[in-house]
Amino acid sequence: MTFLERNFLDIRNLDLMARGDSWPHRLDPRVKVLTTMIFIITVVSMDKYSISQLIPFAVFPVSLLAASGLPPGYFLKKILLVSPFALMVGLFNPLLDQTILLHIGSLGISGGWISLVSIMLRFTLTVGAALILIGITSFNGICLALEKFRVPKVFVVQLLFLYRYIFVLLDEASRMSRARSLRSLDIKGPGIKTFGSMAGNLLLRATGRAERIHLAMLCRGFDGNIHTMNSSSLYLKDILFLLGWTVVFYLLRTYNFPELIGNGVLNFT
Amino acid sequence: MHMADALISPAVGGTLWAATAGTMAYCCRKVKLEMDDRKVALMGVLGAFIFSAQMINFTIPATGSSGHLGGGMILAILLGPYAAFLVMASVLTVQALFFADGGLLALGCNIFNLAFFPCFIAYPFIYKKIVGKIPTEKRIFIASMLAAVVGLQLGALGVVIETVASGISELPFTTFLLLMQPIHLAIGIVEGLVTAAVVIFIWKARPDILRYSLEAKPLKGVMVRNVALGLLAVALVTGTALSWFASSRLDGLEWSIEGVTGSGELQEPDHGIHESLAAIQEKSAFLPDYGFKTNENEHGTAESESVTEAPAQWPAVDAGTSTAGLVGGLLTLLTAGCIGLLLRRKKTTV
Amino acid sequence: MSHHIVKADTLCYSYPATDCGIHNISFSITHGESVALVGENGAGKSTLLHHLNGFLQPDSGSVSIGDYPITQKNLKAVRRSVGMVFQDPDDQLFMPTVLDDVCFGPLNLGLAPDSAKNAALHALERVGAAHLVDRPPYRLSGGEKRSVAIATVLAMSPDVLIMDEPSSNLDPRARQRLIKLLMSFKHTKIIATHDLDMAVDLCERTIVLHKGKITADGATLDIFQNDTLMNESGLIKPLRMQGCSICGQDPERAESP
Ligand SMILES: Nc1ncnc2c1ncn2[C@@H]1O[C@H](COP(=O)(O)OP(=O)(O)OP(=O)(O)O)[C@@H](O)[C@H]1O
Ligand SMILES: [Mg+2]
Repeated sequence: MTFLERNFLDIRNLDLMARGDSWPHRLDPRVKVLTTMIFIITVVSMDKYSISQLIPFAVFPVSLLAASGLPPGYFLKKILLVSPFALMVGLFNPLLDQTILLHIGSLGISGGWISLVSIMLRFTLTVGAALILIGITSFNGICLALEKFRVPKVFVVQLLFLYRYIFVLLDEASRMSRARSLRSLDIKGPGIKTFGSMAGNLLLRATGRAERIHLAMLCRGFDGNIHTMNSSSLYLKDILFLLGWTVVFYLLRTYNFPELIGNGVLNFT
Repeated sequence: MHMADALISPAVGGTLWAATAGTMAYCCRKVKLEMDDRKVALMGVLGAFIFSAQMINFTIPATGSSGHLGGGMILAILLGPYAAFLVMASVLTVQALFFADGGLLALGCNIFNLAFFPCFIAYPFIYKKIVGKIPTEKRIFIASMLAAVVGLQLGALGVVIETVASGISELPFTTFLLLMQPIHLAIGIVEGLVTAAVVIFIWKARPDILRYSLEAKPLKGVMVRNVALGLLAVALVTGTALSWFASSRLDGLEWSIEGVTGSGELQEPDHGIHESLAAIQEKSAFLPDYGFKTNENEHGTAESESVTEAPAQWPAVDAGTSTAGLVGGLLTLLTAGCIGLLLRRKKTTV
Repeated sequence: MSHHIVKADTLCYSYPATDCGIHNISFSITHGESVALVGENGAGKSTLLHHLNGFLQPDSGSVSIGDYPITQKNLKAVRRSVGMVFQDPDDQLFMPTVLDDVCFGPLNLGLAPDSAKNAALHALERVGAAHLVDRPPYRLSGGEKRSVAIATVLAMSPDVLIMDEPSSNLDPRARQRLIKLLMSFKHTKIIATHDLDMAVDLCERTIVLHKGKITADGATLDIFQNDTLMNESGLIKPLRMQGCSICGQDPERAESP
């Protein structure tokens, strides 16, 4: 499978998952977007050497994953796939920050290593939460949430269009690149010139399509306003979800639970 | 070169989100004022186009490695800067959600780096200036090339500044800069080549599509100033607010500075960039009181000092308690796993 | 109103910087008539249809719907009474879900959300796609897309129905269903198609286009039986009017039981 086909499959998979039916799926998109945002900000606001305190934050993605019945393996794989950039930048930390901050027995561990682990933890948590958000919320739901958050309609509508036509254009693009590779008998991608005309052709088709879409809209009385059937309303469970998790995040941010538990256990023994 | 959530601090993420949101609001107003109702569909479809075209990998000559299309420049040429900014922001949003490119907090940074610079700097000040009123193949080529390179250089600079200002990565400003800029010069040249190839293809096949970039009123100085002033104002306000937020010890950076220098304020290493950055920072109040990362290794005494001092400053990681942290962390992880399994079991039996 | 006449008068159009297009097209279609528009690829069918709802403005000549010539001023009224089903349903289904899409027209006509929804559901019912309401368009099969596209137009209760190759990409059963569906409409219908068998079923009248010009305009069966005309226009007789090469039966006898 080519890069393009793999990604296309990925989008379709996530799109399909988002059509699932479980209580996280049924929550109002606004609440899910907000909660995820709060989660990410809280995680990111932890100090750069924190490790133990970050771990309990996993409760948010893990419980959503479990409750929604999405395949955890899929998400882990996706997180691994995108980790190189963070890892690359993070790997400089052990080289640059060699202050010993932690002693395990006689082994001294430098701040750099600690902050690297911390970076990777943050990475897993934030990326995981964002992916799960899209796994339990349809993209249209997210767009409508944006609209409710007063994001200008022009933006929301073109975002909806973009998502709608990704499916058409990715299909066209993959047919085009398959046709090219069948004829050129090589495994590598096209050269820059060929790419130029492939992308150019795709672009011409895209503008032609946009014109026809516009015509189709005009034919149905389009006058510059798009009316979306956006009639979702917040229920108690939505508000409880938001408030509940916010309190949890606050507590996790303020108290280092693992350490408290660990102390308890160590004292006990 | 997508920024990642894991590498930025809330203050930096928040500031750039605010700047991006401000620009987006402004662009939406502009696009609406144009009153061209065919634009919405065109914007959406072109966004889908950029998204798809970015996934067709091409071979970079002589290296055998593969590259892909950046989108900001082509969008700006086809749609004008305001609509292009919005479309590019949308493409990045979809990528952030579906491919976890970057992240939701870093999305503000990414939109700024990859959409703002091409649309509002490279396009009006380089591409349009060079192409002029009567495009020729040569002009389009040079213009696309230069604009792509400059746009990407600025974007890479953005990444460096944002990362260093966040202080999660230890990379010092100069080192990171020296790493990023040359890499992105190479990427920029390749991107310039493909951008030129696509634009020239379109110009030959359907010159009427490119008319927008010729016809549309040039970006007036006033508009550019409006955008710049608006951004500055937004950055000031959020920067101040957020660093106040940060200084109430929610953020780790200050602690780490204290930990190293023993005092709350930075002692600048005696050379160059930090000092001037700090000066700029003071003048513009961009993240006031929010220090740029110092490079601990440059401090002669930093190492020995912090060995003795760190435990006191860092209760969270001192020897005794951090073992507790580790044990507790593992326990928490285990519990989380069990909860997950239990919930799952229940679900599958239904 | 008995004057939903669709009338074209010496219509000429060529695409910018080409000489492709349509030349000197004149016809008049009266209320309730069902007309097939046939011709080889690139004959100008789509181009002609795009004039009937004012998407393309003629270089010379005019089109009128009812008593009004299509001008910029009454474009809106024209588009309200002319419903167009596109060649590629993907162009027509642009909203997030099927329901949103079918509601799009009625909402633009100023209907309240509730009645728009009712109109939409009713239209979907008519094309047998009521079970698809909540699907996004990219998760529909080709035939389902087609049905929904027709529903989007029906929901606006147009007077004239224009379709560009409605039976392309349909499996035989879906095609059969479509023909039945279209037969049940009392609208004035103009159908551009390569499916001449369908034209025989649905349209008593046929207009033949060849290289942008009308080469014939008359009763469907007469035209399809005129071998020289068919040949010259680059067309092939509908299957059921050809001799059966397997059983060797004479088409004439099969035609008149
Ligand atoms: N946007 C365009 N710009 C330039 N020429 C065009 C354009 N669209 C169509 N043409 C040309 O106009 C002629 C008529 O095209 P049209 O699409 O009307 O054909 P058609 O009869 O609908 O064909 P098909 O059966 O393939 O749909 C063709 O020669 C085509 O190449
Ligand atoms: Mg056609």
